[in-house]
Amino acid sequence: MMQITCPHCGPRAQSEFIYERTVDSVVPLDAAPEQAMATLFARTNPRGVDEEIWRHTYGCRAWLIMTRHRVTNEISATRAVGPEALP
Amino acid sequence: MSRYSALGLLRGALNGQKHWQPAWRDPEPKSHYDIIIIGGGGHGLATAYYLAKVHGLRNIAVLEKGWLGGGNTGRNTTIVRSNYRLEPLHNLFEFGLKLWHGLSDELNYNVMFSPRGAMFLGHSDADMVKLAERGDAMRCDGIDADLMTRDEVAKLEPLLDMSRDARFPIQGGLIQRRGGSARHDAVAWGYARGADSFGVDIIQKCEVTGFVRDGNAVVGVETTRGRIGAGRVGICVAGHSGHVAAMAGLKLPVESQTLQAMVTEGVKPMINSVIMSQSLHCYISQSDKGGIVFGGDPDNWPSYAQRGHPMVMEGAVAQGLALVPALSRLRMVRTWSGVTDMSFDGAPIIGETPVPNLYINGGWCYGGFKATPASGWTYAHTLATGKPHPLNAPFSLDRFERGATIDETGSGPMPNSR
Repeated sequence: MMQITCPHCGPRAQSEFIYERTVDSVVPLDAAPEQAMATLFARTNPRGVDEEIWRHTYGCRAWLIMTRHRVTNEISATRAVGPEALP
Repeated sequence: MSRYSALGLLRGALNGQKHWQPAWRDPEPKSHYDIIIIGGGGHGLATAYYLAKVHGLRNIAVLEKGWLGGGNTGRNTTIVRSNYRLEPLHNLFEFGLKLWHGLSDELNYNVMFSPRGAMFLGHSDADMVKLAERGDAMRCDGIDADLMTRDEVAKLEPLLDMSRDARFPIQGGLIQRRGGSARHDAVAWGYARGADSFGVDIIQKCEVTGFVRDGNAVVGVETTRGRIGAGRVGICVAGHSGHVAAMAGLKLPVESQTLQAMVTEGVKPMINSVIMSQSLHCYISQSDKGGIVFGGDPDNWPSYAQRGHPMVMEGAVAQGLALVPALSRLRMVRTWSGVTDMSFDGAPIIGETPVPNLYINGGWCYGGFKATPASGWTYAHTLATGKPHPLNAPFSLDRFERGATIDETGSGPMPNSR
């Protein structure tokens, strides 16, 4: 089990959080259809570090961005989602 | 290669069992192969076997970074069935199930396939409607499926909690009697031995580190044991498809997650079939050694960690105990998890890629083991002819951009919500 630091609530058990998607898979509102397709249906899926969007669903319900290693589960950073954080 | 037989065993018994030979060679890689398959799991080895057996090709190599069957082939819950609702899925898995039924004879290797019945439980009126719908869809294509009453379920599995106030009350079920389980290692070893006997080079401890390109086309692979040229290259590394395909510059509709499984100490026979559920994500069966094998949910977040996760284990065990309370007295002896390619519609990907000479077989989600023979057969056809077999044509990589997804659960492009 991971311990995730919510930017609003502090360190909490992973069971309070739900994974949503990777940061690079958020489709910009003005994306062309081909670009939207590629963004929606493809993932880098690295065997290493990726930036992910999680939600503190069973807590404050806010979105957050987590930088996590997918083999070790080491979380190097979490930050709040703001308008400037997404493409 | 000498055939295995009862007579051979008997003869060996008189000669101190000195006749045993290695089941496959350990060759050095050649400089060029007509076809290279990346990944020495069940699927890759089956592909090599059918390439040699059905298509008559001989200059084939299977490259495996670890040891044969050491990835997901050895990390599943060994359930074999074809009870899917959607036509492309049940046709592919049913083709595989038919091969399973003759596999031990075909390979001259006991894969311990045991068609003891694969049963889905229904816990509500809605579940029973879904099960009837699925069973009807299967029967329309000639696949066996029987809707079961509550009493029939209780008779088959007397240890299920059938009380009206059970946590998950049982209303009935849907059984595929030809489904069951098999021994995972034997499947990899049997196909390896068969492929080797046709002259296929099975090269272990040989990790692919890159692709050799001529223009856009792939003409070989870079490995930890040097450069090897190839006419065609087939990726067959489900769980790790993402970063192998990335070496060729491809981004796949796949996210890797770990899938939880565990086994208890061995006990006398108590679970007669494979128990699954329409509403829960819990698989219960009993191995031939007597251990109760539990399968659970995928983690639902991306991960390459090949190890268990207590939160998910607890969920699977809680569901299992609610269904079969007698299991609460057993001790868990091992837990493990495999890395699964979760595709964006829940169906596998078998076919061409945008890169010439490069093919892919992956995206098996948590359902690859049962497909091993069908996956190998159709992928061999694809690699040998350059064109998909009719059974794997619907599972092409470009189906996502064409809007032709095969979404059994209807949950949309969300690999984390399956």
